[in-house]
Amino acid sequence: MSTRLKSGGRLIDRSAPLDFTFNGKRLRGCAGDTLASALLANDQMLLGRSFKYHRPRGLVASGAEEPNALVNLGQGARLEPNQRTTTTELFDGLEARSQNHWPSLDFDVGVVNNYAARLLPGGFYYKTFIHPRAAWKHFFEPIIRHSAGLGSAPKDRDADRYEQAYAFCDLLIVGGGVAGLQAALVAGRAGARVWLVEQTAHWGGRAPVDGDVVGGMPAADWVEAAVLELSAMDNVTLRLRCMAAGSYDHGYVLLDEKLADHTPGDGRPRHRLWRMRVGKILAATGAIERPLSFAGNDIPGVMLAGAVRDYAVNWAVSPGDRTVVVTNNDDAYRTAIVLKEAGLEVAAVIDARNIANGPLPERARALGIRVETGRAIARVKGGKRVEAVEICQQAGEGAASTTLSCDAVAMSGGWSPVVHLWSHCGGKLIWDESEAMFRPDATRPPLHADGTAMVLCAGAANGALRQAVADADAQVKIALQALGFEAESEEVPAHDVADESALEPVWIMPQGAGIALRSKMWLDFQNDVKVSDVQLAAREGYESVEHTKRYTTLGMATDQGKLSNINGLAVLADSLNAQIPQVGTTTFRPPYTPVPLGALAGEARGEIFQPLRKTPMHDWHQQNGAYFEPVGHWRRPYCFQRPGETPEQAVHREVKNTREALGLLDASTLGKIIVKGPDAGRFLDMLYTGVMSTLPIGKCRYGLMCNEQGFLSDDGVVARIDADTWLCHTTSGGADRIHAWMEDWLQCEWWDWQVFTANVTEQYAQVAVVGPNARKLLESLGGMDVSKEALPFMHWADGTLGGFACRVYRISFSGELSYEIAVPASQGAAFWALLHKAGAAFGAMPYGTEALHVMRAEKGFIMIGDETDGTIIPQDLGLDWAISKKKPDYLGKRGQERSFLANPDRWKLVGFETLDGSVIEDGAYIPEHGVNANNQRRVQGRVTSTYHSPTLGRGIAMGLLRQGPARMGEVVEFTRMDGGVTPARVVDPVFFDKDGEKQNV
Amino acid sequence: MKRYSVFAIAREALSHHQGWERAWKSPLPKASYDAVIIGAGGHGLATAYYLGKNHGIRNVAILEKGWLGGGNTGRNTTIIRSNYLQDPSAALYEKARSLYETLSQELNYNIMFSPRGLLMLAQTHHEVRGYLRTVHANNLQGVSTKWITPERVKQLVPIINIDGPRYPILGALYQARGGTARHDAVAWGYARACSDMGMDIIQQCEVTGVRSENGQVTGVETSKGYIGTKKLGIVVAGHSGQVADMAGFRLPVESMALQALVSEPIKPCMDVVVMANTVHGYMSQSDKGEMVIGGGTDGFNNYTQRGSFHHIEETLRALVETFPMISRLKMLRQWGGIVDMTGDRSPIISKTPLGNCFINCGWGTGGFKAIPGSGWAMADLMARGEPGPLAAEFDMWRFREGRFIDESVAAGVAH
Ligand SMILES: Cc1cc2nc3c(=O)[nH]c(=O)nc-3n(C[C@H](O)[C@H](O)[C@H](O)COP(=O)(O)OP(=O)(O)OC[C@H]3O[C@@H](n4cnc5c(N)ncnc54)[C@H](O)[C@@H]3O)c2cc1C
Repeated sequence: MSTRLKSGGRLIDRSAPLDFTFNGKRLRGCAGDTLASALLANDQMLLGRSFKYHRPRGLVASGAEEPNALVNLGQGARLEPNQRTTTTELFDGLEARSQNHWPSLDFDVGVVNNYAARLLPGGFYYKTFIHPRAAWKHFFEPIIRHSAGLGSAPKDRDADRYEQAYAFCDLLIVGGGVAGLQAALVAGRAGARVWLVEQTAHWGGRAPVDGDVVGGMPAADWVEAAVLELSAMDNVTLRLRCMAAGSYDHGYVLLDEKLADHTPGDGRPRHRLWRMRVGKILAATGAIERPLSFAGNDIPGVMLAGAVRDYAVNWAVSPGDRTVVVTNNDDAYRTAIVLKEAGLEVAAVIDARNIANGPLPERARALGIRVETGRAIARVKGGKRVEAVEICQQAGEGAASTTLSCDAVAMSGGWSPVVHLWSHCGGKLIWDESEAMFRPDATRPPLHADGTAMVLCAGAANGALRQAVADADAQVKIALQALGFEAESEEVPAHDVADESALEPVWIMPQGAGIALRSKMWLDFQNDVKVSDVQLAAREGYESVEHTKRYTTLGMATDQGKLSNINGLAVLADSLNAQIPQVGTTTFRPPYTPVPLGALAGEARGEIFQPLRKTPMHDWHQQNGAYFEPVGHWRRPYCFQRPGETPEQAVHREVKNTREALGLLDASTLGKIIVKGPDAGRFLDMLYTGVMSTLPIGKCRYGLMCNEQGFLSDDGVVARIDADTWLCHTTSGGADRIHAWMEDWLQCEWWDWQVFTANVTEQYAQVAVVGPNARKLLESLGGMDVSKEALPFMHWADGTLGGFACRVYRISFSGELSYEIAVPASQGAAFWALLHKAGAAFGAMPYGTEALHVMRAEKGFIMIGDETDGTIIPQDLGLDWAISKKKPDYLGKRGQERSFLANPDRWKLVGFETLDGSVIEDGAYIPEHGVNANNQRRVQGRVTSTYHSPTLGRGIAMGLLRQGPARMGEVVEFTRMDGGVTPARVVDPVFFDKDGEKQNV
Repeated sequence: MKRYSVFAIAREALSHHQGWERAWKSPLPKASYDAVIIGAGGHGLATAYYLGKNHGIRNVAILEKGWLGGGNTGRNTTIIRSNYLQDPSAALYEKARSLYETLSQELNYNIMFSPRGLLMLAQTHHEVRGYLRTVHANNLQGVSTKWITPERVKQLVPIINIDGPRYPILGALYQARGGTARHDAVAWGYARACSDMGMDIIQQCEVTGVRSENGQVTGVETSKGYIGTKKLGIVVAGHSGQVADMAGFRLPVESMALQALVSEPIKPCMDVVVMANTVHGYMSQSDKGEMVIGGGTDGFNNYTQRGSFHHIEETLRALVETFPMISRLKMLRQWGGIVDMTGDRSPIISKTPLGNCFINCGWGTGGFKAIPGSGWAMADLMARGEPGPLAAEFDMWRFREGRFIDESVAAGVAH
């Protein structure tokens, strides 16, 4: 059984017990425990089920690489699936549930897959479930979906908040082991701005566990002193529980800092996502131990040797009473020694090498531990827990000579540097024969913007498995020099570790294992990929490592191959008779370990999901029944509903009132861009299809803008302010886009033209005062002369109204007598209120965007986004009059001359009147007889705007029709969703006040 | 070729699966072929397949500089739909979608086409009108789509938040037989079938030059030597500009990074595919249980198969807002592919200025769904030397004439 030892435990505080539950069972751990160590201390070895075969699964590792021991953590709005027990700090009241089983962890029906495992080799999905056709969707796939997946799907909105922050530094050091600390000391003393981050809650990494001596003292003491010194440096920032998730081009790094995972609900944000720009990254990220591939290596109780040591030393937990250590290197002997010294039984060290006589094996022998060299584990016996191992010759085929009873197996296949941050941005690796590992190739680093190395690796991460401190010292000095800092010349602290003799690569155990054994050797524990699966993939031609990975799902589990990749590669290389480096690795992708999506989204949720732009009158709208619609980032009133009204009724009322009395529209969102300078006129002549340079001061002109292709992209009224200043109105949705468009041309193409632009959309509040009573209202306010003579149609003037300084444009988008009045944004709300107060006598009512749309449609005015969709040229809309024939050029001119756009058969704008007064459906098409070569119904036109006109009391529409203007009076049919048709007559698109008498009064 | 079936698996199980043969052979190139396809992505392999199957042209080589299916075909988010707006697109994508329906049976390889339904959310009035238009158009094009209410959306996707507050869902365009398939399997299934027809799939073979005589293609230089051919098909997605350059012409195509990511796997919680264009993101759940997530392209051209982080962030904001329950899931892996974007966001299946040299590219962010239809149309073009009705509108000269097939009208995110 696994249990808590009577003494020891570097990280735990036995005087602070913590209660928690696992699958409802009440258990107790203590402060400093991880969930994993606490579960082990309670003899909870069986923790989950594997993905495919639903085999029993227990802890394998002690850190972020853990593939098996994942749980559903918490409940309701704090439920987190797939939480690694090994990286979860225990807290009081923690609730965890195991995953991927039904009905229970101990008895899981899904385990039938295990008994059928022989029928389910790697890639079997692709070979079966093919017939009958409908069965995949309706039968097989649902079964597979339900048996796959791991944790439960949360149901609720996340109860926690996430914070995001930016930071800069010269040197980001990742990993708070002795290598990272030494690097930080050197860099800190040199005066660089340094960040040192460590993913766990503790400094020091492996060295204190392994009993290293640094600078003449026990590693733990050296670590404490180093942290103390670093804490005192202003230029050094230290962060625990902070994981560097990914490195991106140009020194961009993403860090995920866990703030309140271990104190849930304390009011702090749960995580903080750091987005950092750094001069250099020094990855002192250590190394991860490799499992060995022997039959039954997935049975709960089989763990990595280093992890077994961690549990014993850090948390005083013994994974078993009687442990077999199996290895191909000296390092694992440390585990045997630690266990023995803790008073536990070590049944034997099974060493695949023929000779093991380094200091560590000798010490083990001296402690009375049985060491068997040249031996291997033939198979592990046991179901939900290791019961025994059968021992055989490593060189043989697996004939067992002895059986050793035991309840834990500690395995070590050597160590692999953690090179993720190096590789994310393209750093290359080389194969190190002696340690059988990939390590960074310093000659091919990931590059920074200036072409120098962006990442350096240090210590074990750099392949220096034993001389980490010295390597870190050397690497940080290279980094500092490149950054322009001078390192103080200080002695490198000595790092004393036991000598180790060479490892011997062992990729399967025993070497000559037959297929029956290979079918039980797990490479990827979570995804159930075995040695035989990789060999099958290779045999079937899935030879590229990416093919093998995808075909077998090797390395695609939540640990992303941290434990399985190298072993899988080696098996693949062997199957292909190739060298490991020839086969190559799969690509490392961010993040290093998974990051909550909530942390990546940050605070951008709910109301502040995106910036909300409000006009100065927004509050008034809100208080007066506005039914809002999003328009870009703005929210505009669609209509103002009165009690008992539907939105539709409100729109009708607003239209009628505006046409008969007086309507007020908040037009503040309308884009307003000032274009100024000696070349402004020339610039606008290029931008608009019409001529703006000749516009007299004091006048307004309607203009169209096209993209280079000739397609209409925006429209609006331009006012000439003075000799070198124009004010361009754009559509509400188009202001930012058009401003960027202007700048694009000015900065990239016409950079020698003397023009400035300024987007002043938010500097002004603008109100359209519309309707027969418009002038009466303004006159009642007193101030400037707004008479027909003083301010004719399409003119503007500065002045005051009711004491407000304003600029008044006589323009109309409704066909009514209309003034658009701009006041400084700060005055907008007051001015709007005044208009309502004074307007009451003239029947003033506010109206929204929908009434605006209806009224412009009644007048046959086009709307960008309705009549246009990126494929429409002004000529299609009968706007030839707004295109200058005289100008040599404007944006889009050449585009419009291309054969397809100049084709007389293009669909053109007309109006439609339904025969029965009904409203044509939005988006309806006008089909014609027959089908095209692809058997699609031929079409000849479509509706672009369709409304019920309250003014005319029937449905009106605008639309595009092939040769439309030549077909006035013809009746065409529009599609309906129910399959029927709506007949309509082709008419002029101007339905109301064709001669413009109302707006010109 | 040994046929795949549950019986075959049972039979092979007796011998511990030692008896399976290679899914495709790994031959050395011959001196020349009747047709050479550059690029063993989905489109290249499908082109070869239909050349053999529909036109009897089997002396074919498919040259791949990396490993087959390793380009965008193996990187995409596998959304399949045909609810396109413009007639030529709807025809091509619907052809592809309908071929997908029976592709597993046809190839004897389970490509896991799963017509689980696809929703495109409308979150502005403008978008509502746009999708209503698409429904009307699709009805006439023979593509089965419909408009559904927010309540129906909620029924189909219980985990969705339809109430905003910023962008309440106003309805959705629904294609019941849209869905997903297993991307690798599509490439592998076609590759196996091509190999079975005697075609040569040559991996690790980069084309470095195109040779011609009198304006007619004669062969290609490759990292494995010169290979002669009577006809050449260029089907290299993000590298189209480079290979076109070798063949002596330029393309109206830009290459950009498009990214995607997956969460850790969880138990099934969403059966349909949801795309949200106003907020810019889309999501589905794979059979493994991962939430598969994507968004828009980076705003600059590049060839590195990674993207900038801010796009991931933007996409996740959109999706956490749309599906609040995903907030506590974790991002497992993010990656990128280089997509070939044309000016009108529609592909090019076309003759080229070089005789007997044809190009298929410009699938941009959304070509996985088109693979069978595109291969069909491209094979037709290569075999006959003239486009059939499916490809007719997609020639590369349309840009010169202004004859765009603009799909950005209908979808901001075109996957
Ligand atoms: C992140 C992402 C998400 C996507 N999501 C979707 C989606 O949901 N739905 C959808 O329909 N589409 C999606 N797409 C788009 C889709 O992946 C592509 O349109 C499609 O896969 C293109 O296929 P292909 O065969 O043309 O290209 P690829 O698969 O890229 O194949 C081209 C091949 O040509 C090879 N090649 C290039 N140059 C040479 C040379 N000189 N010599 C030899 N070989 C060469 C390459 O190595 C590559 O294998 C997505 C794309 C990405 C990147």
